[in-house]
Amino acid sequence: MVKMILWRSVYAVASLFVVSVIVFAATQALPGDAAVAKLGKNATPAALESFRQLYHLNDPLPTQYVNWLGNILQGRLGVSFATGFPVGSLIGDQVANSLVLIAATVVIAVPLAVVLGILTAIRRDRATDHISSVLMLVISALPEFVLGVALVLLFATNVSQVLPAVSPVDPSRSIFQQLDLIVLPTLTLVLLVLPYVVRTVRACMIEALESEYVTMARLKGMSERRVVLRHALPNMAGPTFQVVAQSLAYLAGGVVVVESVFQFPGIGQAFVSSVLSRDLPVIQAVAMLLAVFYVLVNLLADIGTVAMTPTMRGGTR
Amino acid sequence: MGTDTDRYTGEYAVEVAGLTVDLERGAVNVVSDISFALAPGEILGLIGESGSGKTTVGSALLGHARAGTAITGGKIVVDGVDLLSLNRKELRRYRGRVISYVPQDPRASLNPAMRLGAQLQEALTVHGVASRQQRLARIRQVLDEVKLPSDDRFLRRYPHELSGGQQQRVVLALSFLCRPKVVVLDEPTTGLDVTTQAHVLRTVRELCRSHRTAAVYVSHDLAVVADLADRIAVMYSGRLVEVGAAEEVALRAAHPYSRALLDVVPDPHRRREIRTIRGRVAALHERPDGCVFADRCDFVEPECRRQPIGVVRIGDGHTALCRRTEALPVRAGQEEESTRVGGTPDDAVRTPGEVYLAVRDLRASYGGKEVLHGIDLTVPRGVVTALVGESGSGKTTLARCLGGLHDEATGEVSVDGRRLAFGAHERSAADRREVQYIFQNASEALNPRKTVGRSIEQPLRVLGGADGPLSQRVASLLADVALGSDAADKYPSQLSGGERQRVTIARALATAPTILICDEITSALDVSVQSAILLLLKRLCADSGLTMFFVTHNLAVVRAIADRVVVLNEGRIVEQGPVDHVLDRPQDPYTRQLLGDTPSLLHA
Repeated sequence: MVKMILWRSVYAVASLFVVSVIVFAATQALPGDAAVAKLGKNATPAALESFRQLYHLNDPLPTQYVNWLGNILQGRLGVSFATGFPVGSLIGDQVANSLVLIAATVVIAVPLAVVLGILTAIRRDRATDHISSVLMLVISALPEFVLGVALVLLFATNVSQVLPAVSPVDPSRSIFQQLDLIVLPTLTLVLLVLPYVVRTVRACMIEALESEYVTMARLKGMSERRVVLRHALPNMAGPTFQVVAQSLAYLAGGVVVVESVFQFPGIGQAFVSSVLSRDLPVIQAVAMLLAVFYVLVNLLADIGTVAMTPTMRGGTR
Repeated sequence: MGTDTDRYTGEYAVEVAGLTVDLERGAVNVVSDISFALAPGEILGLIGESGSGKTTVGSALLGHARAGTAITGGKIVVDGVDLLSLNRKELRRYRGRVISYVPQDPRASLNPAMRLGAQLQEALTVHGVASRQQRLARIRQVLDEVKLPSDDRFLRRYPHELSGGQQQRVVLALSFLCRPKVVVLDEPTTGLDVTTQAHVLRTVRELCRSHRTAAVYVSHDLAVVADLADRIAVMYSGRLVEVGAAEEVALRAAHPYSRALLDVVPDPHRRREIRTIRGRVAALHERPDGCVFADRCDFVEPECRRQPIGVVRIGDGHTALCRRTEALPVRAGQEEESTRVGGTPDDAVRTPGEVYLAVRDLRASYGGKEVLHGIDLTVPRGVVTALVGESGSGKTTLARCLGGLHDEATGEVSVDGRRLAFGAHERSAADRREVQYIFQNASEALNPRKTVGRSIEQPLRVLGGADGPLSQRVASLLADVALGSDAADKYPSQLSGGERQRVTIARALATAPTILICDEITSALDVSVQSAILLLLKRLCADSGLTMFFVTHNLAVVRAIADRVVVLNEGRIVEQGPVDHVLDRPQDPYTRQLLGDTPSLLHA
């Protein structure tokens, strides 16, 4: 088990390393010149040159990469070209906002999906199950911006006006004092991941309920409640971790679109505006952050799966 | 039937009367009119082929009907209470405590995510043993009885950390934990090799004796049950066609079906003519109105088909569902037949030809751990050579080395003087055509998304060697294994287990091989189906001069089919020679032990 965690961590670090190379190469390949983007088309060649000097843009690419990686490893994300502020303080709030959004989504979506998945499995082929699967199918067929707009129509404009249509979080106050602003974005994200998780949980639960050890538990005189909670549930924990991790990774991407629908100042907004202004250090920092999030979530899910599955423990990978 | 009641005057451990199970839709009957009674400590062997309804009866005894079926009538009285009159909640109090169940596949029946201790404790907790100390004391006691370790270290283990035999013992312990009045065992030894099976059977007998627990032991194999059971009930097409004392049924079976079943059981101690039961079990909705066995019976009269057959009393506690019992010829006594060691002349051992396959100093390992320690072996041309051993003896590894499926090996394997590479991908197409392999589990060995015809064509497409159109070749191969040409368009899921195994044989024969390696190919089949497959292999061998290397754990099968036998123990050959020679006068203690553990009707 310990060996497996170590191995997985090594893989995680290795994949992040590969990602860093790709991120660096991709940002270098972006069309346009950071110096021109910052100083304008009318800047003198001397000004452009001194900007490039200042940010070491004339160094050979490998040197730039090594310096950049070294700085990142020490927690120095660099200085924004566009504003001159350190990247860390610039996107810190936005990252925090997005994390709150994702956390709220997970806290609501995962328990809801697990309960729904189990219920529909137990009531397989009955009304609850059919209604749920049709609903889930409809939701998963809608793109995230349509979902977001539909929710806005329902709760913020024509039908009722209980919630704000856009979420311009006031940066001077904590996001926790403006929770009404994250309700609709969260709801959108919840609906986004729900169908996928529900369907996986339902399938795993049905498989567990049809297993011989569940039949055996019934023949040993266990109550149906005990059969579900003690015998079936632990055996579907592994797959559930996996699907939750995948939805989380999906959320990190979905959050970009949803943030733009609600004009929510999160990591997505930071990403889009930094690309528009060729703000290389910000682009790189955001891309790396998303990668770290993705890899970390998958690592945790793998560890969780192995920890919950006795037959997988003891293996090395 | 209710004819048992004259046998015994005390209170029965279990009394079953008129038990009926139907499909929930379409008013199709699955089993009907099942009646028997067992005294405390008595063991009933419930025998039948796949599709006879024996497992349905087994689980129905606990008031459980599989999805899509329902118990529609009858009584199951245990401990003075009719289980079928209880509601779900009341029934739960009886299940596991008063009547318990031992399933066929212990690996699948133990919860993989729960430690053994937790599973054992839970079985006591739900039936009201509140004190942890009491629970542990009982658990340790029962684990001792089934001869498993009972220390804390063992209780902390997970099911997958045990061997198949140990898992089966844990399930046994679970079923005896609450000291039930009745235990239902559903083919609990089917996946085990003979030695483990013998141990499990011994344990079941001891437990039933010492706790006066009645048992219903469901099996397809009369030889396994004859030794264990006090009484035998034979099931066919959802009816109990014969019930009687074990010895009575084994020696004086009254129903033609029981007799046929006795005839197909191979015996390790004598070479019997391989016989089969013609026809196949009718599907649920095709069951005849009259005698259910009429279509396969040699003694059938038109009258038999007219109406359902009533119970005929043969003797004390011995009944049969047959109106022709008096017309049946007197059965040759077992004793008389047993003297014919060596079998009938046409079964006589053929003289082996020259060496066809030779193995020299073969060593094979898995992940660096050596499992075969220097095997020297010759397989003569044109006869059947059997390789026998327990699970873990290395017999499958040896077969896989020969078949080109295991290449972590050193040494030399040659066929007809030509040296063979260990990995199949390094062998020439000609070599691969000559050496073909048949797997134990036919359902896994066939691609479920390919028709039978496509599967059989596959080796011809890859390895070549077909003259003429493929469809013609497929049809003739299907005919060789006694399947109709309409089978070519079917998918494996539409076939029975025996038919699937015939398809894998046809596929192996497609390239006209000279040697077939058969890895336990009958051990997952009913005895009646097994005998049909054995007969087929024997015919193929005789007709086409095929050389066969037949891996099995069952010495009875060896006696039935093989000319030579090689006994493997812990990766070494301990004995080899002509079958009758080795099995009549085994020299090695290991061979003697295997022989003793192999079920035989002679011992009954």
